[in-house]
Amino acid sequence: MKDLQTEPTLSIRNLTVDIPTRHGILRPVDQVSYDIQPGEILGVVGESGAGKSMAGNAVIGLLNRPAHIAGGEIWLGGTRIDALKGDAMRRLRGKKIGMVFQDPLTSLNPLLQIGDQLVETMTAHLDISMSEARKRAIQALEEVGIPAAAARIDSYPHEFSGGMRQRVVIALALCAEPSLVIADEPTTALDVSVQAQIIALLKRLCRERGTAVMLITHDMGVIAETADRVAVMYAGRLAEIGPVRDVLTAPHHPYTRGLMGATPLASQGKARLHQIPGAMPRLDALPDGCAFHPRCDCVQGKCRQNPAPDLAADAGRSACWYPVGALV
Amino acid sequence: MLAYTIRRILQSLLVLLVVGLVAFSMFRFVGDPIDNLLGQERTDADIERLREVLGLNDPFIVQYGNYLIGAFQGNLGISYRQGRPVAEILLERAPATLELAFVSGIIAVVLGIALGVYTAIRRDGILANVIMSASLIGVSLPTFLIGILLIYFFSVYLDLLPSFGRGQVVRIGGWSTGFLTSSGLKALILPSITLALFQMTLIMRLVRAEMLEVLRQDYIRFARARGLNERAVNFRHALKNTLVPVVTIIGMQFGSIIAFAIITETVFQWPGLGLLFINAIQFVDIPVMAAYLMMISVMFVFINLIVDMLYFAIDPRLRVDRSGAH
Ligand SMILES: Nc1ncnc2c1ncn2[C@@H]1O[C@H](COP(=O)(O)OP(=O)(O)O)[C@@H](O)[C@H]1O
Ligand SMILES: [Mg+2]
Repeated sequence: MKDLQTEPTLSIRNLTVDIPTRHGILRPVDQVSYDIQPGEILGVVGESGAGKSMAGNAVIGLLNRPAHIAGGEIWLGGTRIDALKGDAMRRLRGKKIGMVFQDPLTSLNPLLQIGDQLVETMTAHLDISMSEARKRAIQALEEVGIPAAAARIDSYPHEFSGGMRQRVVIALALCAEPSLVIADEPTTALDVSVQAQIIALLKRLCRERGTAVMLITHDMGVIAETADRVAVMYAGRLAEIGPVRDVLTAPHHPYTRGLMGATPLASQGKARLHQIPGAMPRLDALPDGCAFHPRCDCVQGKCRQNPAPDLAADAGRSACWYPVGALV
Repeated sequence: MLAYTIRRILQSLLVLLVVGLVAFSMFRFVGDPIDNLLGQERTDADIERLREVLGLNDPFIVQYGNYLIGAFQGNLGISYRQGRPVAEILLERAPATLELAFVSGIIAVVLGIALGVYTAIRRDGILANVIMSASLIGVSLPTFLIGILLIYFFSVYLDLLPSFGRGQVVRIGGWSTGFLTSSGLKALILPSITLALFQMTLIMRLVRAEMLEVLRQDYIRFARARGLNERAVNFRHALKNTLVPVVTIIGMQFGSIIAFAIITETVFQWPGLGLLFINAIQFVDIPVMAAYLMMISVMFVFINLIVDMLYFAIDPRLRVDRSGAH
């Protein structure tokens, strides 16, 4: 075992996910590499269909058939996990890797009391008695800010509001104290008024426990407030990655710049909004060269012929032939 | 919950009133009761006296009311053919049908759910696909043909099981049971399988479809993401959610089993209510026919009511939403 202090919680190397179809193989995740350190929040952004969820699902081993990991490596705290099968992978889920889904209204089993869902999760991973699990379940609910947790533990999901339900989901994701949490658009389905609370809660709990977070979102505002580093995905590839402050203030990739323009940040006036023209290409109709070139406003000849340069795990920031910042 | 229960009971009563009206209309207007009771040698005075005794001169609504009250007290008229009270005949025949339906129902529900769950979980497995294909035969073959095939194979060819009747029965009070003798149990096997087969395949296909739908839900994915094992995911989470909508239909199936017993009882000459009804049709024994139809309707209404209440008890969302409490 190497020194845990310096080891990233999650390390992805050249991760590739394939979906075989009748018309050929689609590649929703293509050679993606990044690390997440203990206690670090990595924001993953990109338009819908960029492969953010696919990458997250690949890490937790929940790809829906026929999608599968076709290449690369996934390391969790020094253990390689991408080849783990069946029960070995199942043991990691919940215990080492927690997951928060988008829609709290559908994430909880409507027929089971929330206490039962917490208890079954804890007893699946921890060697504790039912009564101990129940005690901890109440604690877990208190920690996520459910008022009168001891009384509410026997309630059914429908007896909570959407925001409260997402708190329960977070309690479930964290109750076995995983070292990594994958939060896939955890606030997209929520009222705007509670979005900030949920993000703040997630951030606080993970900071307290030193949990690494993969925060998937298409909201640059959330990234700006929450994440330490940000990874930008486009058509299955990593377009840019770096510390949030650097990427947001001086994006290197034209796509990142476009994304920020398309996000109504409070500080910017409406006049500054501009959309990236066109739409992300479908996976079965990727253009030659850099996948982004048809929409890029700084496109040059090389971009049309050559695939974008590789973004090595620790060198470089953007997978662009002519990064914006680097030109000047 | 209480308001809902009361509303459902009132609805059921209304349906029963209408059913009673149909049965009464048959009873009163199909064929002439005087003809049926008096035969050829009769005087006008006889007829008039009988009309008065039977209440046939009363206004329609009074006759209907009297019929309902009578029916409620178990007075369903006199069988034309047997000259005995219909209620007595029905009670005599009921155990045979109920025991057959009970055994068939258990077979259909237990095997139907088990196979449905199996074929849903192992959806790509070879055995699951074989079962699914075989179930198509079960749905499409008519019941009487299945019965005849079973008789041919097990009774005629193998000579293992009886092809007709109930075997020896034991009387316990007013109930005659075939459960206590080996010939009675043997006699039950073929008819109950015949009767169960169609319902079983129906339940199986229903459970499978519903379970596959449930397995696609987010909370199943989330249960997996929490690291629950397959058994917990399939049975604790998926099965329970599958059974909620299925319970309604399974409940209704039990009514159908008794109704469909007519065919099976005919094939196997099973001395139950269905056979009684078929014989009553042959002899135009109107009171027996009317009583049978009314009994079947009452049963359906009753089952419906119970199933609704059950549904209510299983699904916590309904409990709260409908009662408005919080
Ligand atoms: N079963 C499938 N067959 C074909 N393509 C799929 C399938 N599932 C997902 N995809 C494609 O994979 C891509 C990545 O999807 P996803 O990871 O969900 O995107 P994101 O989460 O970034 O919005 C999308 O382009 C989507 O159309
Ligand atoms: Mg997604």
